[in-house]
Order: sequence, then C-alpha cells, then structure tokens
Amino acid sequence: MREVAIAGVGMTKFGISEKSNLEMFAEAGLEAIEGSGVEPKDIEALFFGNCLGPFEEGQAHMAPFAASELGLPMSAPATRFEAACATSTVAFRHAAYLVGAGVYDIVLVGGTERAAAMGTSLATRTFAMGSQSKYESPAGLTFPGVFAMAAHMYAKKYNIPLEELKRCMAEVAVKNHYNGSLNPRAHFQKEITVDTVLNGMMVADPLQLFDCCPFSDGASAVVVAEANKVGDLVKQPIYVAGMGQASAGALYLQKDLTRVRAREISIRHAYDEAGVGPEDIDVCELHDCFTIAEILAIESFGFYDFGKGYDAALIGETGLKGKKVINPSGGLKAKGHPIGATGTAQITEIVQQLRGECGDRQVEGAKIGLVDTLGGDFGTLCNIILRSS
Amino acid sequence: MSYTLTFSQYHEGLKEGKFLGLKCDDCGAYTFPPLGVCSNCGSSSMQVTEIEERGTIRTFTVIRVAPEGMTPPYAIVIVELEQGPWVMGNIVGLNPDQLNIDLIGRNVIMGSQPVKGDMFTREDIRVLTFHVA
Repeated sequence: MREVAIAGVGMTKFGISEKSNLEMFAEAGLEAIEGSGVEPKDIEALFFGNCLGPFEEGQAHMAPFAASELGLPMSAPATRFEAACATSTVAFRHAAYLVGAGVYDIVLVGGTERAAAMGTSLATRTFAMGSQSKYESPAGLTFPGVFAMAAHMYAKKYNIPLEELKRCMAEVAVKNHYNGSLNPRAHFQKEITVDTVLNGMMVADPLQLFDCCPFSDGASAVVVAEANKVGDLVKQPIYVAGMGQASAGALYLQKDLTRVRAREISIRHAYDEAGVGPEDIDVCELHDCFTIAEILAIESFGFYDFGKGYDAALIGETGLKGKKVINPSGGLKAKGHPIGATGTAQITEIVQQLRGECGDRQVEGAKIGLVDTLGGDFGTLCNIILRSS
Repeated sequence: MSYTLTFSQYHEGLKEGKFLGLKCDDCGAYTFPPLGVCSNCGSSSMQVTEIEERGTIRTFTVIRVAPEGMTPPYAIVIVELEQGPWVMGNIVGLNPDQLNIDLIGRNVIMGSQPVKGDMFTREDIRVLTFHVA
C-alpha cells in the first residue's frame, strides 16, 4: 500500500444557506482544489457524499452533476456514497485506500447537504429513515430518541443520578459552543451556559434542545493523493496514518447502548493501522450529534474507562486547554451537522489543526489527530487518524 | 435460499395476536423480529416459532419532537424478552409525562398496535407495544 496524504481542504460556512447542494459543493471543492496546487482537470475520481438530496431538492444521482460543476474531466468516475451521518468519512476511507492501492493518484472527496432547508418535521422524518424502517421507525424513533435511550441506560448502568449526568452533558454543550464561538465557519458562534441547556425545551427525555446538534446546510471537500505527489504540491502534507470502519444492525440488536461496539472495532483497526494508541492522540473531532454521544465516544477510544468519561468536560479535561482536546471546531453541536458534509468537515478541522492554522482555537503542537463519525442508530462507525509528519 | 420468515408473514402474525420469530436449529437462540440468519450464531437453519410476551424494560425515552406524521408525546422502550431477544416498541397504558428512570427494570407484556403509514411506508405498520405487567 502506498502512503496517502491530504493536499488541501475546503468547506462552506455551516448554517442556513440559500445555495443549492451543488453550489455549496462547488465552493468547498474549488477551495480544496485551489489549496492543493492542482486544477480540476488533474482530479481522477470524485467520491461524493450526500444523504437526503431527493427530499431536500428532488435531486438524486448528484455525483456526476457535482463533477460537472467543478469541471472535473469526464474520465473521472463520480460516485455517490451514503452512510447516513458518516457519509463523507466513509467516502474518504474508500478514496484513501484506492489511492493507496495505486488505482488513482489524485482524487477529490467530500459531501454536501441541505438539511436545514427541509424544516424540522420533514428533516426529523427523513433522518429517521436511517433507522430500521420495519422494526424501529414505526415506534416513532428519532435520532434524539436513540441517544436519549443511551443516556438513560448510562445513568442506570453506572448508577449516576440523572440530574448529575445531565449537568455533565450540559458541560459538553457549553464547551463545544465556546469552541464554535472561535470558528468563523460554525453554524452557532455564540457561547451558552449550563442554564441555557437545562432550561431548553425537552426534545427526547432526557435530551433538551441544547443537548442536540442542529440541522445545517453546508459542504466540505478534501483532495487526497499519493504522498510523494502531495509533497511536491504543498508545504505541509497531512498523512493518513490509519483508518477503521465497522457496521452493526438495528439498535435493539446492540443491547448495551452505553457501548458502541462498532466504534470499538473501528477504532481498534485505526489504532493498529496507525501504530498508535489513545495516549498518542493530540486532538480529536468526534461525533457529538448529542451531548451524551461525546461521552460515549471518548470512552470507546480509551481516553477514559467505561463509565468514567461523563464528567470530562465538567472538569475541563476535554476543553481547548485540557489534556485531551475534543471538538475544537465546535463539533456537530456548534459547528453544525449537514450530514453528508460532516465527515470531510471533521477531516478539514483536523488537517488545519495539524498545520497550525486554527488561530484562537489552535491546539498547540498537535501532531496526531483523530476523526470519528457515526452513521444512523450506531449502524456505521468510521475513524480516520491523521498525522503531520 | 428462501427467506425463512418475512416481514409480511411476521406482520400477519401480529394482526392475529401472534409473535412469530425464529428458533435456531444449531444454537437454540431465538431471533425476533426476524432476520436472515440467527442473531446469535449466524446459522440459516431456523424454525418459525411463537415468541412469549414477557420481558423487562432496559431503557426508554419520551419523544417530544416527532417525525412528520407522528403525534408527541409518546414513549419508546427497548425491552429484553425472557426468551433472549431485545426489541423496540412503544409503552402503552402509562402517561408519557409521568415516566422516570425507575421505568427501567419494570416487567412488561408485549402486544402490538397499528401505526398509520405515510407516503414513504405506503401502508399501515403494526408496532410492538408494552404494558407494565
């Protein structure tokens, strides 16, 4: 397998956009291509992420149109990936392995989504299509509901008073909104307090509005290439050190929702491939679609023992000045969550962190970063470990 | 190889008050609702059997922001059946606004009720329901 690196990254501001999926993707894609010192004609394939285009804009089969927007050559296959919220992370993993295998030298990976454009009711319905449609959706399951059930199970299993767990979850939201306030491309750039979270409307008991990430519009893209080629193109190649992906069935089959088993398998593969362990990770962008989700993830990664990670944000260990910086971008919680674009936006943040380009939210001296994206109700997990040298 | 117990057959069973599942010929585990192979060992050698209704609540939530077409509030539970399978459904017979974490661990009896279909499901689908034993 050849060494693979990232040459350039791009993303739109996340939030509410008047632009179409393709227009947003063109902005992100051109930023990534220009930042890589290449031209659209040099791109040999497009790995394109979008989940809900048919419901957002009546648009399926978006990948070839996206290639056309960017002026990619007709010889570059443009293929859509869909893995719910993990869509563009999964696209990235497949792209990186194909570059590693020598099938392509330079490719573009990314995603786009107009989740906010659907409105809350249709967005909630179509997001819920990521659950099992015969055996889960008829119960009225929503994604907040999935993580709400995980939160209740966590409190029960570890015998933590629910009020205490909720306060600790609120601290995750406060931290990630603070980080988002330092990120000019975040959906939300305003600080909040614990009271903001605990006074919010209830969405799915025990999750309140500010425990939940928003529906966002946005796009992101990265140029992936063979490492020597990247070295010729840009000053600071960011290398793909290791990757993992794992899959699980319906939520009820997973039984203990405090342990996301697919994540445990995915991260083990990524650590092994990279030859690193939890102690080596300097900065992490993980799937905080809900506050409890961040707590589950940091335990899966081995940053904390199971049942011991819930107060990490409260005691400041995962903040920008903490020992394990989690979601410096603001995470899904504050940066926003245009589902098909989320994965490559997480990769964009880690690349910029490892290049030292993040200004007020820069994690000093970060050399190894971890990306984590969860799709559906624990059905798809994908992890990418990047390093700066 | 033909699918042993389809959703359609399972769903017809629910209409008749039967909970059709699968018993594995190799390991003896029950798979409910149905899958292509045994959820425990992966064997495709399974027999259709009726599943017993008793179980215990393992977690729950009350949905207050619902998908299009659903009317909140309503409670969703995950239940461990006495025969082993874990299943998802709705709590009936309790006020959703009066539920708290003490619901976890309560014994329940399984039933089912129809849910109105929408343009995506195209037909009504029965959902598993649970009432406290």
